[in-house]
Amino acid sequence: MTDVATQPAIPQIPITPADRPGTGDRIFRGLSVTAALISLVVVGATVVFLARESRPALRSAGIVNFFTDSLWNGSTGKFGVFGVVIGTVIIATIALCVAVPLAVAMALFINEYAPRSIARGLTTAIDLLAALPSLIFGMWGRDAFATHLQPVARWLSDHLFALPFFQLSSQDAVLGRSSFVAGVIVGIMVIPIITSISRDVMARAPREQCEAALGLGGTRWGMIRTVILPFGRTGIIGAVLLAFGRALGETIAVALVIQLAFEANWHILEINAGSIAALIVTRFGEATAVERSGLAAAGLALVTLTFIVSLASRRIVNRKASI
Amino acid sequence: MTSLLEADPVIDPALKLPDSGPGAIQRQRKVRGLTREERTEYAIAFASGLHLVVLLRLLLDWDDLVGSSLLGLIGFILVHFLIVRERSSAEVALDKSITTVMWTIGMIVVSVLFWMVAFVTAKGIKRLRWSFVTDDLSAVGPLNPGGGAFHAIIGTLEQVGMATICVIPIAIMTAVYLHEVRGRMASVVRFVVDALAGLPSIVAGLVVITIWRDYAGYKASMALIILAIPIVTRGAEEVLRTVPDSLREASLALGAPQWRMVLRVVLPTAQAGLVTVGLLAVARMVGETAPVLLTAGGSTSTNKNPFDGQQASLSLFIYQLIRSSDATTTERAWAGALLLLLIVVVVFVAARVALARSERKLGRR
Repeated sequence: MTDVATQPAIPQIPITPADRPGTGDRIFRGLSVTAALISLVVVGATVVFLARESRPALRSAGIVNFFTDSLWNGSTGKFGVFGVVIGTVIIATIALCVAVPLAVAMALFINEYAPRSIARGLTTAIDLLAALPSLIFGMWGRDAFATHLQPVARWLSDHLFALPFFQLSSQDAVLGRSSFVAGVIVGIMVIPIITSISRDVMARAPREQCEAALGLGGTRWGMIRTVILPFGRTGIIGAVLLAFGRALGETIAVALVIQLAFEANWHILEINAGSIAALIVTRFGEATAVERSGLAAAGLALVTLTFIVSLASRRIVNRKASI
Repeated sequence: MTSLLEADPVIDPALKLPDSGPGAIQRQRKVRGLTREERTEYAIAFASGLHLVVLLRLLLDWDDLVGSSLLGLIGFILVHFLIVRERSSAEVALDKSITTVMWTIGMIVVSVLFWMVAFVTAKGIKRLRWSFVTDDLSAVGPLNPGGGAFHAIIGTLEQVGMATICVIPIAIMTAVYLHEVRGRMASVVRFVVDALAGLPSIVAGLVVITIWRDYAGYKASMALIILAIPIVTRGAEEVLRTVPDSLREASLALGAPQWRMVLRVVLPTAQAGLVTVGLLAVARMVGETAPVLLTAGGSTSTNKNPFDGQQASLSLFIYQLIRSSDATTTERAWAGALLLLLIVVVVFVAARVALARSERKLGRR
């Protein structure tokens, strides 16, 4: 660590005071390296400690069974996260189905359609939506929004039952507290992420091409379809992946809305849904030692899932931003 | 009606300007607002949509307001599409329909925000009294009225305060490393910060509690630090990027070492922007619930010492009470939610003000 800190300045830096930094600069750089290393230590500690903590549970349940079974028994130490992993992915997927069209349209609306004063107000509204705690979303979703989603769910099951996931398992199945409700609410929560990133990307579309499209007699939608969307596609995909990662890890709103189940439930409109994060937050308080270990293992699975998704998305977004 | 539907035979539709009605070529083209023809088109389409809603309600006895207005909207867009296609071209008609859809989506998203704020306000205003801020829950049973969130507010202030004090220097120095020092590990650090940004909040709490077993307020701060580092680092890096290089060059040319340049020139210039970033992180931390639940544990009595024993926080207080089935208890939770909302909105507005100041400052240079 100190080795790196006392290295002489690297020549490719555009602005460096001198070839050999003085004492003040060495201390300063040492401090900044130390600060930067904290993040490194945190990520390392996350993986190491979760892995160590999850060993007893993986041993008692069996590593393969832990990922292929769907049960949760704290007293016997039998765990399997297959159902909740599937549930997590289902909720995040529903969230994206809701959020992507709304968020991209919102970005286009702010950039291309709205008059300047309205656009400014909308930007503030989107930023505020991003700043609101997920707890508030969860409470509003559970007590206000869910009742209005009930008829929608009823309609979907009545008219689109040809799609297997809209089917009900029985005539008197209970609708609500389902993956569908949780997914829609999480979808609203991730709208700001997609909107703000795709706005930034699409605003960088070359203006001369936009004007050329309009000048050739194209309509505004024609300009968007032929210039802006192709230009922004990569950035939008990155933003969507980023939102997917966020939706996978969403905890409190989901925990408040769903009825937690350990079995994978493909009937997305029905009560009972799975979510790793909600599992951890609801079970942790009264968990025994071995169950805590199981929850740590579930947390490790969640971290792996979100790290992969969010790093992939960062790659895409950063690559686009550097062009 | 018939004159409106007459096609314009002279000009090839592909060559037509999007806003042109009959005779619009000779007149100066209006860039903003709607022409009279367009207004008529909209009015007719609107009347048809409304007509559809009324018919559905009368004939089918369909009293679902949301469903019927959605159908009315679809009717409006369809009729408008047909009218415009008749008068100019399918391309132009599609453009106008999509414009309508865009406006609708914009309104929907904003109204969701308003709905949420209004709902929390309506539910919480009943119980939000001064005593709610000064009392805790130690003296009240589940069914007594009274009681408040004093213990939770203390907890939030201490946990978020300590986390902010720690995270600001760490994150700003990391951003300085990434943007000013640009050491050889910059790409690794950036990768790690990106990984941290994707960390679910629950996992931050889980890690802290697996390392240090017992509940305590300062452990909640540590979880919050983990969550806030990537937010502040990224934001601060963006802000440092807006500081003009000419300032750096000027201070170096005057013989200042790098640390003086950063401390005396770069950071003061970026100050307002950094304040914005810090405030947004505070807003985020105040609302975090899951990591605090795992690390601070929650409590119903006042514990002012964050280093010993379980502690509550405002968001945790809300989460634990809202799941009760008893009305008095959930009312307290809603009052807490309104308080939380107020805090977040105040911090958000402060961040906006700081942002406006920083834009003014950098714009003038």
